[in-house]
Amino acid sequence: MDAPDVHPGSPEAKYTDRVGKYYAIYVCLLILAALQFYIASLHLDTSAAFERMLLVAIVEAGIAVMFFMHLWAEKRSWFLFVVIFMVAVMGGLQYGWTDSNRMETGAPYAQPKPGVVQP
Amino acid sequence: MSQADMTMASHVHHHPPGMVEGLPPFTVPAKKMAMWLFIIADAATFAGCLVAYGFLRNGSANWPRPFESMTNAILMTFILLTSSLTMLLGVRAAKAADRSGAFRWTMITMVLGVIFALLHIREWLELIDRGMTLSHNPWGTSLFGSVFFSITGLHLLHVTGGVIALLVIGLSWKAGHRTAEDIEVAGLYWHFVDLVWMFVVPFVYLLNMAH
Repeated sequence: MDAPDVHPGSPEAKYTDRVGKYYAIYVCLLILAALQFYIASLHLDTSAAFERMLLVAIVEAGIAVMFFMHLWAEKRSWFLFVVIFMVAVMGGLQYGWTDSNRMETGAPYAQPKPGVVQP
Repeated sequence: MSQADMTMASHVHHHPPGMVEGLPPFTVPAKKMAMWLFIIADAATFAGCLVAYGFLRNGSANWPRPFESMTNAILMTFILLTSSLTMLLGVRAAKAADRSGAFRWTMITMVLGVIFALLHIREWLELIDRGMTLSHNPWGTSLFGSVFFSITGLHLLHVTGGVIALLVIGLSWKAGHRTAEDIEVAGLYWHFVDLVWMFVVPFVYLLNMAH
């Protein structure tokens, strides 16, 4: 059915495409969520489990943003703005993980260097 | 008309070549852009919370693993994912000018959100019953309680706000006071709430499953 307030050539016209596509994406998300729980059931080492779960979560989020939130249907400049900005912010925030690992392992500078006199 | 008015009038109707009057930036409507900008900011907030959680977890020698069953997490995830689908169907119906269909799907989404919130609260009560508080728990470092309740509480707050927004927008849509764009903007928020849950479940629940 055509949406009366949507121009046929506009990105929003894609909101009224076949409903089967949405159900297929929904099933994909369910499968990815099930994969998360499967990874947890393997009782892996924390870092190994975290890496796998993070990867699956990023894929899930990407699918949700692109298809459920229709970012793929928006104008390319807006799509790029959102993606680049989010990646930059998230990338900066992720420094927290690596920095906490640095303080845990002591490489570099978290532990005193041998032979260096501490004040 | 003064000389200044005539000067202003001449500037009002003169556009440089290539300029199109009235289009919003990126051709994204203002309401939708505002919601996207809010989502980006809120995503950074949740990312900051999760990063801080990771920092605390890495630095704690006795981080507890109190979750013995995945059942509740599975159920909550299924409900929230399904609510995203129903919201999508509501937006689709709104764009297709199906007023009753859009209202129906929006209300179904709201009900699923309420069920999710109730399951979440029930889980909280079970953990509190087992001795877990913001500052203490019987399994390990006292940081666990504050981290868990903070992150899941912030998400629950977003779910609650989304439920209220869906109720208000759904009812006003039914009364004819809203456009399809309003339903779409509410849908963006609801999908974001689901998106955050995709990160909260593995990091806060699944990584803390008892071995």
